[in-house]
Amino acid sequence: MDYFLSEEQQMIVDVARQITDEMIVPQRAELDETEDYPRDILAAIAKADLYGLYIPEEYGGLGGGCFDIVLALEQFARGCTGVATAFAASALGAYPILISGSEELKQKYMPLIASGEKLAAFALTEANAGSDASGIQTTAVLDGDEWVLNGTKQWITNAGEAQIYTVIAITDKSKGPRGATMFVVEDTDPGFSYGVKEKKLGIRCSSTRELIFKDCRIPKDRVIGRIGMGFITVMKTLDQSRPGIAILGVGLGQGALDEAVVYAKQRVQFGKPIISFQAVQHILADMAIQIEAGRALVYSAAKHIDAHKNDMSKASSICKVFATDMAMKVTTDAVQVLAGYGYMREYPVEKMMRDAKILQIYEGTNQIQRNVIGQELNKEYTRS
Amino acid sequence: MKIIVCVKQVPDAKDVRLDPKTNTLSREGVQAIMNPYDRHALEEAVRLKEQHGGTVTVVSMGPPQAEEMLREAVSCGADEAVLVSDRAFAGADTWATTYTLSQAIKKIDDFDLILCGKQAIDGDTAQVGPGLAERLDIPFVAYVRKINDCTANTIRAERLMDDGYDLLEVPLPALFTVVKEINEPRIPSLKGKMKAKKIDITKMTAVDIEADPEQLGLKGSTTQVVRVFSPELKGERAMLAGTPSEQVAQLYEKLSPLL
Repeated sequence: MDYFLSEEQQMIVDVARQITDEMIVPQRAELDETEDYPRDILAAIAKADLYGLYIPEEYGGLGGGCFDIVLALEQFARGCTGVATAFAASALGAYPILISGSEELKQKYMPLIASGEKLAAFALTEANAGSDASGIQTTAVLDGDEWVLNGTKQWITNAGEAQIYTVIAITDKSKGPRGATMFVVEDTDPGFSYGVKEKKLGIRCSSTRELIFKDCRIPKDRVIGRIGMGFITVMKTLDQSRPGIAILGVGLGQGALDEAVVYAKQRVQFGKPIISFQAVQHILADMAIQIEAGRALVYSAAKHIDAHKNDMSKASSICKVFATDMAMKVTTDAVQVLAGYGYMREYPVEKMMRDAKILQIYEGTNQIQRNVIGQELNKEYTRS
Repeated sequence: MKIIVCVKQVPDAKDVRLDPKTNTLSREGVQAIMNPYDRHALEEAVRLKEQHGGTVTVVSMGPPQAEEMLREAVSCGADEAVLVSDRAFAGADTWATTYTLSQAIKKIDDFDLILCGKQAIDGDTAQVGPGLAERLDIPFVAYVRKINDCTANTIRAERLMDDGYDLLEVPLPALFTVVKEINEPRIPSLKGKMKAKKIDITKMTAVDIEADPEQLGLKGSTTQVVRVFSPELKGERAMLAGTPSEQVAQLYEKLSPLL
């Protein structure tokens, strides 16, 4: 379907598509096998200026928004959701600085992130703080001109690869939700190290590790926004970033459909290509319907978010749930169409099915998204 | 460092056909692309610019449609683009082409290095690079697989040979033709694409380059294509070893029965 993209938006799609077809698709099976971080692909993405898509021009970016990065992510995810996650994680790490950071922090870090010279990562999750972010135990205590961080963050995407980390820690436990603050931690800060690389079901080329803070000392001015406003920054960050996860579902779904249709045209059973059987046609048709609906929804949500910075939550959560549940279904169906071959690693669809699962889990499980949508509905109908 | 890259639009190798009547390449209905070797030359120029500063100007002699390829070159990092285009250039062989390009490059005037692909994949002559260097009276190195370093006045490069490579140092300005081993061409950047959309492409006609009409196009060409075919590979190859005088003696021994 034609979404009437502007000339610039079409250029984003074209550049991202070329990187996907020429670099990501040929390497994805090996990256899945070796679990190596896709450094050369990310370097090509940086050279192509795509790390700066959503960053304002005054900080070295291209001045686009949520919709622009969504267009690039859709292409990358069509090739490999692991690569797309590694790319998207830097944006997730950058948003807290963009949303709440001081002018000095923005000047210092955003140009480095926009050029792709440095990667960022976002650190919220801990062993006891997943869906319930109030379980955070990492602490930050002011000591003279420095903050001292202690604790462990878990399952941090881009850990060990990024140089800039945006980390939430408790600064005053007595204040409850107003007692957490976000900080910028650099990879070279003393007392900062990484845990082992996790072994995952899917998105295996993306790096997932612990961040370990042992009396990690950082300068006082690395606070993002005001002290005690950490959770607000986190919520705004996730509202902004979720369409980026939703679109991974659309891109991944499209990649699975492409494989399934090509296979169904070639595979002959009972003397005919299996695409001529209605049972197979209907599976493919249902896949196409859901993907297109997902795409239309994510594009609309991304445009809404770009236009309404104070009213993002519901649109953001709605598109995340729909598109990622869709990706799980569509990739499972693609394996069904390829059947025995689809189950083998020789074909890319089993990897797509493994990759899809994380989309329903990370950046807020789809159950938490439904909570957000429900709460927003409750608020809306109370107001009116 | 000011670098000129000569690029040619060629039919995509996947669907090249010969016109059986004229024995020339039929370009109708065939997708046009940038000659793949020229893409490597452009990439090398952009890398040199990124390392040493300067500018990259792409030059193409071709029909007006070649503008699209020049814009693609800008999206891959070229700063300026020049299209040398005139009906009078039609039917040029490599002799007339090198004349035309040399006249255009004399107009651009200021350059330190010219890079070309080792050959175009349509004609496969590999003559334009060396011919152009000759006409401009500058040093020429073929089959460059690596540029090692350069100063304001000299440049060092590795020339790929069948059995290894030669390391050469030549004074600037110079002209190199490059092989695909030299680099991996980049994918166009977004800023590059935006720039390419807006850039004014300099157009040069026969009058602009002050060309002698007698030396242009078909009229200026000394080549007549009689037949196009793939030569059959036959005969034996032998490598002679030893000192030069020993090699001469061996060669004489091999050749004398044939005399």
